[in-house]
Amino acid sequence: MPEFVLTVARFGFLVLLWIFVFTVVGVIRRDLFAGAKSSRLVAAPRGVGASAGHAQPAKVKRGRAAHQLVVTAGQLAGTRITLGEAPITIGRAEDSTLVITDDYASARHARLLPRGGQWIIEDLGSTNGTYLDRAKVTGPTPVPLGVPIRIGRTSIELRP
Amino acid sequence: MTARTTPAASPAVTGEMPRIRMSKSRRNAELGLLLFAMALITAYAATVEATMLDSVTPDFWIPAALVSLVFLGLHIVIRFLAPYADPALVPAVALINGLGVAFLRRIDLGRADAADRANFPIFAGDGGRQLAWTLLAAIMAAGLLIIVRDHRIVSRYAYTLGLVGIVLVMIPAVLPSRYSEINGAKLWILIGGFSIQPGEFAKLALVSFFAYYLVRKREVLSLASRRFLGIDFPRGRDLGPVVAVWLLSLLVLVFEKDLGTALLYFGMFVVILYVATERVSWLIIGLLLFFGGATLAYSLGASIGGPFANFYDRVQIWQDPFADPYNAGYQPVQSLLGLGTGGLFGAGPGGGQPTKVPDVEDDFIFAGLGEEIGLFGLSAFLVMYLLIVERGLRAGLAVRDSFGKLLAGGLAFTLGLQVFVIVGGVSGLIPLTGQTTPFLSAGGSSLMANWLIIAMLLRISDAAGRPVTGSASAQGDGPAGPPVKLHGAPTEVIRS
Repeated sequence: MPEFVLTVARFGFLVLLWIFVFTVVGVIRRDLFAGAKSSRLVAAPRGVGASAGHAQPAKVKRGRAAHQLVVTAGQLAGTRITLGEAPITIGRAEDSTLVITDDYASARHARLLPRGGQWIIEDLGSTNGTYLDRAKVTGPTPVPLGVPIRIGRTSIELRP
Repeated sequence: MTARTTPAASPAVTGEMPRIRMSKSRRNAELGLLLFAMALITAYAATVEATMLDSVTPDFWIPAALVSLVFLGLHIVIRFLAPYADPALVPAVALINGLGVAFLRRIDLGRADAADRANFPIFAGDGGRQLAWTLLAAIMAAGLLIIVRDHRIVSRYAYTLGLVGIVLVMIPAVLPSRYSEINGAKLWILIGGFSIQPGEFAKLALVSFFAYYLVRKREVLSLASRRFLGIDFPRGRDLGPVVAVWLLSLLVLVFEKDLGTALLYFGMFVVILYVATERVSWLIIGLLLFFGGATLAYSLGASIGGPFANFYDRVQIWQDPFADPYNAGYQPVQSLLGLGTGGLFGAGPGGGQPTKVPDVEDDFIFAGLGEEIGLFGLSAFLVMYLLIVERGLRAGLAVRDSFGKLLAGGLAFTLGLQVFVIVGGVSGLIPLTGQTTPFLSAGGSSLMANWLIIAMLLRISDAAGRPVTGSASAQGDGPAGPPVKLHGAPTEVIRS
C-alpha cells in the first residue's frame, strides 16, 4: 500500500469519527435546546403564538385550547405532558399518567378528562382533596388555562 | 358545551401531529446514524488490514457486516417495541461496540505470526469471541425490550431484584478460588472454560432496587431528619435496608479484592440517594466517606496488608509508575508510553504496537486504542460516552414517574462513573482499579450487562417520549395494565 493511501485512510478515519459525533449531536440538538425554547413559549404573552404551527381556528370561546399539562410545583416540577384525547390520571398509583409521590396524595387522586374542547378535573374520592386554585373540587369542574390545580404539595397547570 | 364539540377533536389532533411526525423521523435518524456507524467500522477494518498486511483481504468487511446485521436487527426490534425511544443511544453504543470488535481483531492479528495474518479466521481469537458476545448482548437487549414493556413493571420485582443482586455479588466470594479467581481477584464464576462476571449483572438489579426503595422513602428521607454538624442525617430505620445492601455488597467486594467495583457501587448508591432526596449533604457525606475510606485502606494496607495490600500497591504505583518500570509498574508504564507515542493523531489504525501493554484487550483497551487513534480519536470516544450518559440522564428528566427518573439517572451515572474509573486509571489520573471499559473491552459479561442497561434506558426514554394519547392506544400491544380499566371509564361522553 502506498504511504499516501495509508495517511489518507488514517486521518480520514479520525475525521469521519468526529463527523459521526457531530451528526449524533445534530440529531439530539433539538432535544438539547428544547427546554429553553419551550420555556420561552410559556413566557410569551397570551395570544402571541396562537396562529403558529397548525393554524388552529380559534373557535374555543374561553381562551385557547390546552395542549400541555405542566407541573409547576412539587417534586415533579418542570414535567410536561402533551395533552391528547386520553384522560389523565393523577395519583400515587404506579399506573397513573402523572405519578406523584406526595404524602398528601391518594393512590388514585384525581383525573382530568377532555370534554367538548375543555378539560374537566374530577376528584376520585381522595383523602386530602383536590383544589382548583383555592376552591375544593367536589364534582367535575372545568379547568381554565393557567389556573393551578393543587394536590398535596404538587401544583399543575394547563398551558396552551 | 354544545359549541365546543367541534374543536374537541382538533386540539388533540394538532397536539398529536407534530409528535408523530417527529418520532417517525427519529427512528429513521437512528437507522441513518447506525448505517453511518457501520460504515465507520468497515473503514476502520479496511485501514487496519491495509496497514498491517499491506493489502486489504477480500473478506475484511465480514466482521463489520455481521456486527451491522446484529444491530440492524436490534433497530427493527426497537422500531416495533420502543418507537419513541431515544435515537442517539443505539448508534453511539453500536459504534463503540463495533470498533471494539474491530480493534480486538486487530490485536489478534498483531499477536499472530506475520505469515498467518492474511488468512486469520474471522471467528478466532478475542475478536471472534467478542463478535459472538455482541450478538448475544444484542439478543439480551432485545429480550429485555420484549419482556419489559413498561419500566414500571420492574418496580414490582424490586425486592427480588435486590436479593438477586446481592446473591450475584456474593457467588464468587463463596465459591472456592479454583472456580472464581483470576489474577487475584475473586469475581468470576469459572465453569468449563467459560468465565462469567456476575457482579456486572448485579449493577442493574441493585440500581432497580435502590431506585424503588428510595422512591418509597424519599419523602421521609428528605423531611424526617436529625440535624448534626449542620448536615441533616436521616433516621437510621428509614435508611437501614439500603445501607445494609450497600455495606454487604461493599464488604463482599473488599473480600473479593475488587475495589473498582466497590467504588462503582458506592458512587451509584450515593448518587441515587442524592437524586432521590435532592440534598447536597449526601454528596458531601459520600465524598467524605469515600476519601476517609480510601485513606484508611491505604494506611491499613501500609501497616497490616491483608486485603488492603492490593490497594496500597496500586496507590504506590499510581504515585510513581516509573519507580519500578519493569515489574510492578510495567503495565501502567506501557500504557502511558502507548498513549504518549500516539500523541495527537495516533499511529493510525494497525500502525501501533498495542500488544506491548499487558491486558490490552481488557482493562487497558483505551491505552491500546489511544496509541493508534491518538488524543483526537480518544476524545471522540469520550464525547460519545458523554453523549450516551447525557441521553440516559435526559430520559430520566423527561420520564414522568419517580421510579423511572431514579432508575435512568442511576443507570446513566453508573455507566459514566465506570468510564471515568477505568479511563482515569489507564491515563494515570486516579489509581488503577480493574474495570472493563463499557462496550469496548473483551468480555461477554460486561458487554451483556451494559447492553441491558442501554435497553432499560431505551425503555425509559420510550416511555418519556410517548405521547399521552399514544399510551391509551398502545395498550393493545403493551401489558394489559390497570390503566385500561381507568381509561375505559365513562369519560368519552360528548354531548352534541
